[in-house]
Amino acid sequence: MSFSRLGLRTVALGYLALLLLAPVAMIFYRTFEHGIAPVWDAVTAPNAVHAFWLSIEIVVIAVPLNTAFGVGMALLLERGSFKGKALLSTLVDLPFAISPVVVGLALVLVYGKTGWFGDWLIGHGIQVIFSVPGMVLATAVVSLPFVVRETAPVLRELGTDAEQAAATLGAGAWLTFRRITLPAIRWGIVYGVVLTTARALGEFGAVSVVSGRIEGQTQTLPLYVQGQFENFNITGAYASAVVLALLALATLVAMNLLTRRTPARESALTTP
Amino acid sequence: MSTTPTAPAVAPRRLKAPAVLGGGRAAGALGKGMIGVYLSVLVLLPVAALLAKAGSGGLDAFWREVTGPQAQAAIKLTLAMSAIVVAINAVFGTLIAWVLVRDEFPGKRTVNALIDLPFALPTIVAGVVLLALYGTNSPLGIDVAFTRASIALALLFVTLPFVVRSVQPVLIEMDRSMEEAAASLGAGPVTVLRRIVLPTLTPAIVSGVALSFARAVGEFGSLVLITGNLPFKTEVGSVYVFSQIQDENLPAAAAVSVVLLAAALIVLGALTFISRWRSKHVL
Repeated sequence: MSFSRLGLRTVALGYLALLLLAPVAMIFYRTFEHGIAPVWDAVTAPNAVHAFWLSIEIVVIAVPLNTAFGVGMALLLERGSFKGKALLSTLVDLPFAISPVVVGLALVLVYGKTGWFGDWLIGHGIQVIFSVPGMVLATAVVSLPFVVRETAPVLRELGTDAEQAAATLGAGAWLTFRRITLPAIRWGIVYGVVLTTARALGEFGAVSVVSGRIEGQTQTLPLYVQGQFENFNITGAYASAVVLALLALATLVAMNLLTRRTPARESALTTP
Repeated sequence: MSTTPTAPAVAPRRLKAPAVLGGGRAAGALGKGMIGVYLSVLVLLPVAALLAKAGSGGLDAFWREVTGPQAQAAIKLTLAMSAIVVAINAVFGTLIAWVLVRDEFPGKRTVNALIDLPFALPTIVAGVVLLALYGTNSPLGIDVAFTRASIALALLFVTLPFVVRSVQPVLIEMDRSMEEAAASLGAGPVTVLRRIVLPTLTPAIVSGVALSFARAVGEFGSLVLITGNLPFKTEVGSVYVFSQIQDENLPAAAAVSVVLLAAALIVLGALTFISRWRSKHVL
C-alpha cells in the first residue's frame, strides 16, 4: 500500500513540477541570469513604466465597479424575488464561457467606429475602442463574475434570520445591510476582489482586441510583454513577465490567507 | 403586544426577506435599474451585437464563414485539442486531488496553494514561461514551439486547477468506512477504486472536465506566442477570430466566435442539466 502511495505521489508531484513549477522557476532564472541591473533597466524603461501605470489605472476603475455591482447582483440573486433572475444569473456567468477575444470583438461591434453606437459616440467626441474606456470595459467584462460568485454563497450560507431580526427592530434596508449583512460577508467580498484584481491585471485577449496596442499609449503590462517578445527583446519580455508573475504569487498568498479565514468555503471558481 | 424580540416559535429560515430589500423600495428599484444598465452595457448588448453580426448575412453566409477551409480547420483543431486536454485533466486532476487529500508529505500546503497559480498568472505570462522551458532554446532539449503539442501543453497549464479543485472537496467529505468495509470483505485496491471511489467522484470529475473544456475552447493569451499561429497547423479558433478582426473581416470573426461560444455553452449547459437531474433522481 505504501509503495503504491509513494508511486502516486511521485507521479502527481512530477506532473506538477514539469507543468507548473519548472517553467516558472526557469523564467526567474533566465531573468536574473545576468544580475539585477539589466532587469532594473528593463522594468524602468519608459514604455514599461507607462504600461504598468496604465494597467493599474484600469484596475483602479474596473475593480471597484465590479465590486459594488457584484455585491448588488449577489444580493439580488440571493435575497431578491423577481422575474428574470435566471437571466441575471446567466448574464453574470457568461464571461466565463466566452473567449476573451470574442469579448473584445463583441465590444467593438457595439462601441467601435462601425458598431451600433459608433456614430453616436463619434458625434459626441467619445472614443471607446482603441482607447482607455474600451480597455476598462473589456477588463470589467472578463472579471465580472468573481465578486458575485464569491459573495453569493456566503449570503446563502448566512441566511436571513439576523437581517429579519434587524428589520423587525426597525432598521431600514441600508442600516441592516451596513450593520448586519456587510460585516458577515466581508471576507467573501475581499476574496472576490483579490480574484477580480488578479484577472484584471493579467487580462490579455479582450484588451488586446480593443486597445489597438499602441506602444506607450494603449499598451498594458501583459500587452507590453507580448510586444517585447515579438520584437525579440527577450530581457524586456522576461523582466515584465516576472513582475506579473510576482503579482500572481502575491495573489496566491492572499487567497490562502483568506481561505483560512473562511474555512468552510469551496472555491466558487470551480462551481458552475 | 410584546415589544421584546423573542424568537418566533417556528423559525422562518428560508423565507424571502422582502422587509430587507423592500424597506428601501425606491432605493431597491434604483439599484436594480443600475445593475440592469451595467449588465446591458457590459454583456447583453455586446453579445446581442455579436449574434446580430454573425447572422447579418443570413444563415447561408454564416455557414459559408464557418465552413471555409481555414475557419473549419481552426474550429476542428480547437475542439480536438480541448477534448484531448480535458481527458488528460480528468486523469491527472483526479490523481493530484487524491494525493493532496489522502497523502501526507512535507510541503503539501505549498503544493496545494500552487494549484491555483494558473488562475492567478496572466495568460500571456503562462505562454512566455512555457516557451522558456519548452521552446526553441529549451535547456531540456524539448522544443514544442509551433507544433500542436504546444497547444496541448498551454491548455493543460491554464486548465489544471478545474478538475483538482472540483474533486478535492468531494474527497475530503467522502466517508472512508465504505472503502474500508469493501477492503475488509476482500476487495483489492483496484476494485475499491472502480466500484466505490470513482462512482462517488464522477460528478465532480465531470464538472471539472466541463469547466476545463469551456476554458480551453476560448483560450487565447497562452497560445499566441507558443503556437506560432500557423493556419491549418496550429491556428486555434480564438486566434483565427483575432486574425479576422485584424483584417477587418468582422462577419467571419463573429461567425466563428458564435461557434466557439456555442461549444462552451452546450458543454456548460449539459453540466447544469446533469447536476440538476442527479440532485432530483439520485439523492
